[in-house]
Amino acid sequence: MMLAWLTQLAQTALVLALAPLLSGVTRKIRARLLRRQGPSIVQPYRDLLKLIRKETVIAENASWLFRAAPYVVFATTWVAAALVPTFATGLTLSASADLIVIVALLGTARFLLALAGLDVGTSFGGIGSSREMMFASLAEPAMLMSVFTLSLFAGSTELSSISAYMLGPNAGLSISLALALVALVIVSLGENARIPVDNPATHLELTMVHEAMILEYSGRHLAVIELAASLKLLLYLSLIACVFIPWGTTLAGDGALAYAIGLGAYAAKLAALAFFLVLFETAIAKMRVFRVPEFLGVALMLGLLGTIMLFVSRVRG
Amino acid sequence: MLLASPACSSQLAASGLALLLALAAFGIFAARRPLGGRLVYAACMLLCSGLAGVALSALLAPHARLEPIEIPLGLPLGRTLLGFDPLSAAFAVIINVATAIVSGYAIGYGAHAREPLRVVPFYPAFIAGMNLVLLAQDAFSFLIGWEFMSLASWALVVSEHGSAENRRAALVYLIMATGGALTLLLAFGLLAGPEGGYAFEAIRRSSAPGVGAIVLVLALVGAGSKAGLVPLHAWLPLAHPAAPSHVSALMSGVMTKVAVYGFVRLVFDLAGPPSWWWSVPVLVIAGITALLGVLYALMEHDLKRLLAYHTVENIGIIFIGLGLALAFEATGLRVAAALALTAAIFHVFNHSLFKSLLFMGSGAVLNATGERDMEHLGGLIHRMPVTALAFLAGCIAISALPPFNGFVSEWLTFQAILVSPQLPQWVPRLLVPAIGATLACSAALAAACFVKAFGMTFLGRPRCAAATTARETDYWSRSAMLTLAALCLLAGILPGLVIDALDPLTQMLVGAQLAPQAAQPWLRIVPIDPARSAYNGALVFVLILIAAAATAFAVRRFASHALRRSPAWDCGFPDASPATQYTAGSFAQPIRRVFGSVVFRAREHVEMPKPGETSAAKFRVDLHDTIWEALYLPVIRGVNATADRLNQLQFLTIRTYLSLVFAALVLLLVVVGAWR
Repeated sequence: MMLAWLTQLAQTALVLALAPLLSGVTRKIRARLLRRQGPSIVQPYRDLLKLIRKETVIAENASWLFRAAPYVVFATTWVAAALVPTFATGLTLSASADLIVIVALLGTARFLLALAGLDVGTSFGGIGSSREMMFASLAEPAMLMSVFTLSLFAGSTELSSISAYMLGPNAGLSISLALALVALVIVSLGENARIPVDNPATHLELTMVHEAMILEYSGRHLAVIELAASLKLLLYLSLIACVFIPWGTTLAGDGALAYAIGLGAYAAKLAALAFFLVLFETAIAKMRVFRVPEFLGVALMLGLLGTIMLFVSRVRG
Repeated sequence: MLLASPACSSQLAASGLALLLALAAFGIFAARRPLGGRLVYAACMLLCSGLAGVALSALLAPHARLEPIEIPLGLPLGRTLLGFDPLSAAFAVIINVATAIVSGYAIGYGAHAREPLRVVPFYPAFIAGMNLVLLAQDAFSFLIGWEFMSLASWALVVSEHGSAENRRAALVYLIMATGGALTLLLAFGLLAGPEGGYAFEAIRRSSAPGVGAIVLVLALVGAGSKAGLVPLHAWLPLAHPAAPSHVSALMSGVMTKVAVYGFVRLVFDLAGPPSWWWSVPVLVIAGITALLGVLYALMEHDLKRLLAYHTVENIGIIFIGLGLALAFEATGLRVAAALALTAAIFHVFNHSLFKSLLFMGSGAVLNATGERDMEHLGGLIHRMPVTALAFLAGCIAISALPPFNGFVSEWLTFQAILVSPQLPQWVPRLLVPAIGATLACSAALAAACFVKAFGMTFLGRPRCAAATTARETDYWSRSAMLTLAALCLLAGILPGLVIDALDPLTQMLVGAQLAPQAAQPWLRIVPIDPARSAYNGALVFVLILIAAAATAFAVRRFASHALRRSPAWDCGFPDASPATQYTAGSFAQPIRRVFGSVVFRAREHVEMPKPGETSAAKFRVDLHDTIWEALYLPVIRGVNATADRLNQLQFLTIRTYLSLVFAALVLLLVVVGAWR
């Protein structure tokens, strides 16, 4: 019990500490793949420090919602990220919030951020919010369909249980799982504003969605939002890691060595996933906005197909 | 709670009903003075709180069956029985809680009515009608209550009869309500059988074989048209917004729940044991309703109509739960049926809270600005902070986002979907995942819809003069809205209480109940098995609070405190004109492109002037209400054409009339002769 709480606390702190590093690593890999030197991998930490030291400028007609939103967005994202097993399963909080809750918590964050984008009443904020919600209207159901597949497979919607099930002897290769993986990868690209959907590095007005939504933010507010965005990326990568490459994850009741292995494995998984993410990003061009619904629609259909196949194939008492 | 003996709860409820009717009569005199109107609303609030208390005590009473009381009034054919059973008690709690709070709002809001005499007397009558439907333990009282409810609400819809739009809405409503009541009449007639036992108790005992399926169809049409199932929803977005806002709140938030009650009563309680295929039409219609409802809402720029369309979506979600419960019950999966039914009724409760809240908010906005069109609103968060806060809570709740209540019922519905691979039949097994995807899709679209509703109304810069000078609404309205917002949050973080309270209902209808949630540690809810799924709304809420507070503290401690207000940045090109903001139409444009080109046959036309011309460019969007055009217009045309034909009959000579009468007589005699 005590250990479970400790693990939970450690993971909650770990995701927060690692999130900017992950962003730094992806940027570094990307720069190297483009044959640039690139900034140091700790640059995101420096950026955050720089931002919180700066004066915050907000628009004259910004309301309390604009000022409160970053904190709530960050808080919900952090809580969601703390619910995903990173190096060890058997999280204490897993028993109180399952995978559907994680998806919905990210939904709450998105909802408030989209509102914040509309608050000042600029055209860019509006374009960002509007498109973000359009993407979400397909990405969220696609994500839920993958969640359904995983839950039906493992007989539980709790992420710790799913992860433990995947490590166990009953898990095996399945077409449904593959479909869920593809859907989940597509959703992660869309939800994290990665390249075929959005470009995290651009500030070119017409190509940006997420960046347009937060255009009016500056200083400490922006720092909090940036941190939330990198937490979200970490969350998705951890999710894929703990479900589809569960090996090495510490199970509840393992010894101290297992925790060390779990940590090492987690770092390796994140690095590998970040590499593949960036490799995919550099290999593909950004889509037009109205191509994105087709892209995300594919995810939705794959997720649905995976779920239907499980519904049809499972005969369980 | 309030009462020791459940036996007297029926008497108390019946006297509450009588008092409401007396209040309606009193309203005729009271409405002439502003204070009188307030008095009536305040009395409604008290009576409904009392009724809610009585119903709650009846629901939580240990006795499963409560004796109805017999009223000597009524029709010669049957006895008038009034009383609670767990089903009607649960709905009575839900309905009277929301109604009490809406009546509190009306104390403030009702003062703005232009013609109070057209509103005040009908308001208690409307509430009395809804309560009579719930209290009725026989088909006659049920139908009388149903009609009473329809007619009283019709009178309220037509209360602002000045605009042609409202008159049309009232006409459409009247026609749909009449049709719906007719099908319910048929359904009860079939159930009562040739012996004519119209008491529910008698119907339950006499279940005639083979009737169930027809009753299901009739209930889907009759109760479904009142609730707003697609394609019978057409009256709803017309009639709900036409009424004064507190009545809209009741019609959308509460009356649709009475319709759900009618469906549950007919199909789960009276129609006998279900077959598995009953779930198929219910699920298909519910899925279509959920998705189309939210898409319609997204295309709508009138705030009250948007809310009304969104009711259609929520009714779809409720019926998804009901459909799943039917499928499970027919297969003997009783616990799963209890789960699906709990999810549906929980959503009934939730929707009655947040939809009333949102309609009250829209009423406050309408009152402050005189505008319902979101294209003309904006920036109201500065002028109406309390309304904005309450409306925001309602928006988050209705978008099914944690930690509010809408999420819990949706989560329960998802859990019910996830146990459905246990169903032995192929059709529901193939159907249910698709329904799950539809539900997920409509939840995500609902979030988009309410970002639009809140963002365009309360955020940004004011788009019309009235919005710049709007004033916060009155004390009563604010308190009512904040109460509902608090209830939305409470039901979201303490869902176990609601689930436990619904146990008698599921026990009565499907013969099983969920494990007691009060026994769970840490206030969490566990639908079936803790290893399978659990949700702890309170913990999630507290965690979010802690995380937000910690962040705010850290930022306060370590970050720069400097804060400067300056003109908006907007990539360096800010424009002072509010017209440069995103509008409701532009916000919905991407979604319209993705979903609307099929559903609404949406077409965009851009007319650019030729180079050198100085005329303005034009942008036009064509949207078609496909259902109205495909289903209703042909009927309307047919009726009109027939009426035109029949019109000629009015200009005949007396000889022709006499011969027509003679011919009719001969024809009838021949028919009677052939019959024998």
